[in-house]
Amino acid sequence: MRRNIPLAVTFVVGMLLIVSVFLPPIETIGEDFGVFFSIIAVFAFFLGGGNLIKVHFGKIMKKSNDWEFSLVTVVGFFAMLIIGLFKIGAPGDISTSVTAEGSYFQEMFVYLINPLQSTMYALLAFFVASASYRAFRAKNREATILLVAAFIILLGRTPLGMMLTGWIPESFSIFQVPNLAVWIMNSPNLAGQRAIMIGISLGVVAMSLRLILGIERTYLGGDDKG
Amino acid sequence: MRKSSLMVLATVATLFIVSWIFKGIALEDIYESNYLQGFLLTFSAFLTLSIMSFLYKDNPFYKFSEHLFVGVSAAYAMVVGFWTTIVGNLVPRLSESLSNFFQIPYQEGTYNFFYYLPVIFGLMLLMRLSKKHGWMSRIPLAFIIGTTAGLNFIGYLRSDFTNQIAATFIPLLGAAGEWKGIGDFFSNLSLSAGGQLVMMLSNWVIFLGVFCGLIYFFFSREHTGLFGKASRVGIWILMITFGASFGYTVMGRISLLVGRITFLFKDWLGIIS
Repeated sequence: MRRNIPLAVTFVVGMLLIVSVFLPPIETIGEDFGVFFSIIAVFAFFLGGGNLIKVHFGKIMKKSNDWEFSLVTVVGFFAMLIIGLFKIGAPGDISTSVTAEGSYFQEMFVYLINPLQSTMYALLAFFVASASYRAFRAKNREATILLVAAFIILLGRTPLGMMLTGWIPESFSIFQVPNLAVWIMNSPNLAGQRAIMIGISLGVVAMSLRLILGIERTYLGGDDKG
Repeated sequence: MRKSSLMVLATVATLFIVSWIFKGIALEDIYESNYLQGFLLTFSAFLTLSIMSFLYKDNPFYKFSEHLFVGVSAAYAMVVGFWTTIVGNLVPRLSESLSNFFQIPYQEGTYNFFYYLPVIFGLMLLMRLSKKHGWMSRIPLAFIIGTTAGLNFIGYLRSDFTNQIAATFIPLLGAAGEWKGIGDFFSNLSLSAGGQLVMMLSNWVIFLGVFCGLIYFFFSREHTGLFGKASRVGIWILMITFGASFGYTVMGRISLLVGRITFLFKDWLGIIS
């Protein structure tokens, strides 16, 4: 029972959405389910937050390794949550957007989340550079093609590309590095992306069918019967 | 705590306070709450440098920033979800009094009672935190999986399968635009509308590229002979795609890095204008 009901729900919901495309009276069901989905997703955020606090509170209580940092997570979490939910420091009344300019919540986003997030991603520039140095040595034809394509794109997006090849006359402007970069993006890259997209779409369609028909059940987790 | 760690901590704390005071003084003419702004900017710079310190090795400053990021990001997602989806989308459909409380227009409708369903599912999802009733969360999870599968089945079939195939069938012979003679056809190698040879070549590259790329993904037949050659071309096309994606990713990351360095040198230290 505990497995069959979820399987039935997946089947009914999935089939309803597919059939709705062919039945005009229920064609808006997709939009409604989309809203339902986003509402449940918010509860999933609550679940994630609850789980985060459960884990870190446990660490603090047990005084396990690095518990002091768990305290930072908990304090940061509750500070952001209280400021956001009660709109503390927000200009205007309750109808004002929580992300309105000047609100404490937005200030915390600008001065806490934004630097942390962008620096985390910026850090990847160093790791990508070091990984690419090791991986992209022109060992064979394929690696050379990849290297050359990446090099042209990088060069074409900087002023150096124009500086180096700007002298090429307009009638042969395809050979100017910035134009070559545009051509690579719009032609061979597009072809490759399209082949990948078609492959992925076939995979997604097959997986969707497996889920709807109950062949794929791993999302149900454990093997308790009932 | 070791003596050296304490020294580092004391140095960072001192530098932080010094920066805070100097920044506060520097912002005196710009902001009313100049010391608060000074604190925020200094703290922001401290977080940026803490994350960057990971390039040296894992350290307590990085761990502090990392843990803070996890906490505030989780809360941010919850708060935005609550105000935009629960209050913005759900409350106006369920309760007039709650809509009045949140000062948002109530949406009258015949099927609004259906919107109790995601609330019930959402509450069932929270049961995941309980060991005894955790199984109940499978039902909303099944709804999420069913919705995703149903929407993706149609969406991917339409946009990523049929539409992409349709877009690949493009004119391969003859050039777009007005014919300007054979001389112009071969001499104008530009990306402009006049570069008809480039356009035609691009169409060939797109058509053959997609075709050969798909052949590479076809594993039901051995990649030998003409089929193998086409598969090899497919690999080259995919390599160009990966190279282009790599170049784009690197550019994106570097621009983020430039943004952070600009923040440090311009907004925080005020060295560059």
